[in-house]
Amino acid sequence: MPSDVALSRENLGFQITIFENGGVVIKLFQLSENTLEALTLRIETGVSVSASKNMYSLMSSSPSISSSSSSFLGQTHFDSRNPNARLPTKDSWICKCVATPPTETTAHTTKVSRNANMAKLQAGYLFPEIARRRSAHMLKYPDGQVISLGIGDTTEPIPEVITFGMAKKAHALSTLEGYSGYGAEQGEKQLRAAIASTYYGDLSLEESDIFVSDGAKSDISRLQVMFGSNVTMAVQDPSYPAYVDSSVILGQTGQFQKDVEKYRKIEYMKCNPENGFFPDLSTVSRTDIIFFCSPNNPTGNAATREQLTRLVQFAKDNGSILVYDSAYAMYISDDSPRSIFEIPGAKEVAIEVSSFSKYAGFTGVRLGWTVVPKELLYSDGFPVAKDFNRIVCTTFNGASNISQAGGLACLSPEGLEAMHKVVSFYKENTNIIMETFISLGFSVYGGKNSPYVWVHFPGQSSWDVFSEILEKTHVVTTPGSGFGPAGDGFIRVCAFGHRGNVLEACKRFKQLYK
Amino acid sequence: MEKLRNGYLFPEIAMRELEHMKKYPTAKVISLGIGDTTEPIPDVVTSSMANHARRLSTVEGYRGYGAEQGNKALRKAIAETLYGDLPIKDTEIFVSDGSQCDISRLQLLLGSNVTIAVQDPTFPAYIDSSVIIGQTGDFQDETGKYQNIEYMPCRPQNNFFPDLTTTATTDVIFICSPNNPTGHAASRKQLEQLVEFARANGSIIIFDSAYAAYVTDDSPRSIFEIPGAREVAIEISSFSKFAGFTGVRLGWTVVPDELLFSNGFPVIKDFNRIVCTCFNGASSVAQAGGLACLSSDGLMAVQSVVDYYKENAKILGDTFTSLGLDVYGGINAPYAWVHFPGMKSWDVFTELLEKTHIITVPGCGFGPGGEEHIRVSAFGHRECILEASRRLKSLLS
Repeated sequence: MPSDVALSRENLGFQITIFENGGVVIKLFQLSENTLEALTLRIETGVSVSASKNMYSLMSSSPSISSSSSSFLGQTHFDSRNPNARLPTKDSWICKCVATPPTETTAHTTKVSRNANMAKLQAGYLFPEIARRRSAHMLKYPDGQVISLGIGDTTEPIPEVITFGMAKKAHALSTLEGYSGYGAEQGEKQLRAAIASTYYGDLSLEESDIFVSDGAKSDISRLQVMFGSNVTMAVQDPSYPAYVDSSVILGQTGQFQKDVEKYRKIEYMKCNPENGFFPDLSTVSRTDIIFFCSPNNPTGNAATREQLTRLVQFAKDNGSILVYDSAYAMYISDDSPRSIFEIPGAKEVAIEVSSFSKYAGFTGVRLGWTVVPKELLYSDGFPVAKDFNRIVCTTFNGASNISQAGGLACLSPEGLEAMHKVVSFYKENTNIIMETFISLGFSVYGGKNSPYVWVHFPGQSSWDVFSEILEKTHVVTTPGSGFGPAGDGFIRVCAFGHRGNVLEACKRFKQLYK
Repeated sequence: MEKLRNGYLFPEIAMRELEHMKKYPTAKVISLGIGDTTEPIPDVVTSSMANHARRLSTVEGYRGYGAEQGNKALRKAIAETLYGDLPIKDTEIFVSDGSQCDISRLQLLLGSNVTIAVQDPTFPAYIDSSVIIGQTGDFQDETGKYQNIEYMPCRPQNNFFPDLTTTATTDVIFICSPNNPTGHAASRKQLEQLVEFARANGSIIIFDSAYAAYVTDDSPRSIFEIPGAREVAIEISSFSKFAGFTGVRLGWTVVPDELLFSNGFPVIKDFNRIVCTCFNGASSVAQAGGLACLSSDGLMAVQSVVDYYKENAKILGDTFTSLGLDVYGGINAPYAWVHFPGMKSWDVFTELLEKTHIITVPGCGFGPGGEEHIRVSAFGHRECILEASRRLKSLLS
């Protein structure tokens, strides 16, 4: 019996039956064409297939659903005791059959071994999972008026001064004088200079220290490619999943340990209410690289100057490189540092990654930057910036020139003012959400300096809370355990949304939890 | 990183161009070096991008994160318009910010424990990305090659296609056709042999079809025209040379559902994971432009720019031929590959630059098999191409 089954995606439907003995049967079948969007379902190992009477039924005790599919299944772990499951009896109907036969009998397989690092990854990247569950939910409740406070996706239109800059560049590309081909891989000079002066003006960082990119997610992986597989890394727990996942892919980690939900060889630095969401550095082992995000995704906490000073010292003492993610710096309300380079000595230990995504609504436009100071050196004295430059020239070909034109417009006085307005709008959303949960008696964190609210649900599984909130209020959030084991018991609610939706979501929360 | 020799080739060329321009501030330097497009993008395409940008300022038109695999309409358009009769599904197409990035993402996917074969000469990114990801051994000065890479010589003598009978088995085979730098478009027969070779050896072909739009004769434009390719090949392609998108940044990769690792695991699943984890989608503005390129008006418009560059290639090819030099390529690609027997390619590059102020690319930058050759790219304003021809004629006749 094959353990991996590839099923034809056209008109596939499913039925789940949970038996009294706890066994689960998932049956897949054809639906008529207008009931379903086409999807591909792939079942991970742990599932066996038996065929009977032209029907494939899969027996599994803990199916896990893979990353490439949209899924109708609401949870990755079936709890046969879940009182919320409304399932048909085991005698209910199944229609005609379905899947293409397993491929291994006639299919050609290459002799190329699958990358063992990819095999270490658990399920899909977090946010496509959330998107899948949202889609599944919307199909289940077509009139449900789903509100998305899950994936941190911006919703408000980009200010006109910025889109005008992009439109102008697009039109210019149709003219002889205005056409430009390949740009410098490090980014357009003007934009690099504008970023340096706007964000790092007083910090003595220059245009040549700035590398413009198509966003922080890509930069994180490019940094990992640069570091290679032989480095060790530390992350906050919880943290933005791309740091851990990219580390696994590059081969820096060992296997995932299901009991603790951690990858071997990664140093997880717990951040919780007890330690004020800043790691107790006295208990942190030395690693080559330390990823740190502030204001933090998902907890929303902004580290203080004093904390960051200790962090820089820690990195210095250990000869580590700090990769500091400042994508949410503009959301800071108090005097928390906006750049790691505000801390003396940081230039010799830190790289900073940032993004226009959450400032200018550029989540789809794609623009960010990385700062690699000249003073940052490897153990043999070789400047890290030189290697990063080589990476950028070889594995990248520059951010889109139209996006860069948008970035330049963002950094004009009018653009800056416009970005501040949008950020303020989202911050007001954050306040509304925070007040709601506080008024309901929850312990709530974050919010003040970020667009994320981190709500505590003590003793509860965050995926369960996620599902309950989704089922009962049609609001999509993000379960804290998706960000690391210390995120369990928390839900991340993001403040990106139209005001009306945010208010409506809060109304529904109040109804659910009053 | 330490294993890499020097900088990446094209920034090197750019540096020399700058130095030369400083040395001769009044000289009119003509750039036939880096394959950078020069002609404006047709209006139908840029208007679409401008409109998309403007709509991002409206409530109805604003879009945030797109699917990492690309906009569905664009994926469909690529499948239907560019792969026509071939059974390529939109779900097998991953839109990107260009081939250079895709090559590295594919290397990330494959990991450090695979072996690669490349043509010699070849577009440098396949080798450099392989070194960076840790698939290779050290560079050997004597041979000009990295250990652990299988170099497949492509010369006039073997019709610029590897002699597969003498090629060692590797996990991955990079093939670019029409080829950068030699300009050779592999024939159907050659590609059938390649697919057969890959099937027999269990290898994965990574087929770079960035110049498919330049094919003049009936050479295949996609590896998937060859039966059996779906189980052995990945295809990468780009809007760069097709639509002048070198700065706009848009490309795609096709990973067929049938392509499986040795344990039966579909490669597409892992590539999707890479794309979702290490990337966040191509710019929505660029994708709007891509969609416009694939409309019937758009296709006509971008093809006429391609034809313009092809005419340039012909002019350059004819120039070198008239000077008694052996010239290859130029017919199915925007590159002319000129043979200077007995001469070192950097010396030819330097001499051409010094004496005619024309930038080219020395063949050895593409691998030891490129020695004695110069790559001349056909991207340029017509008057520059004509002027370059004049200067070459006066120098070399």
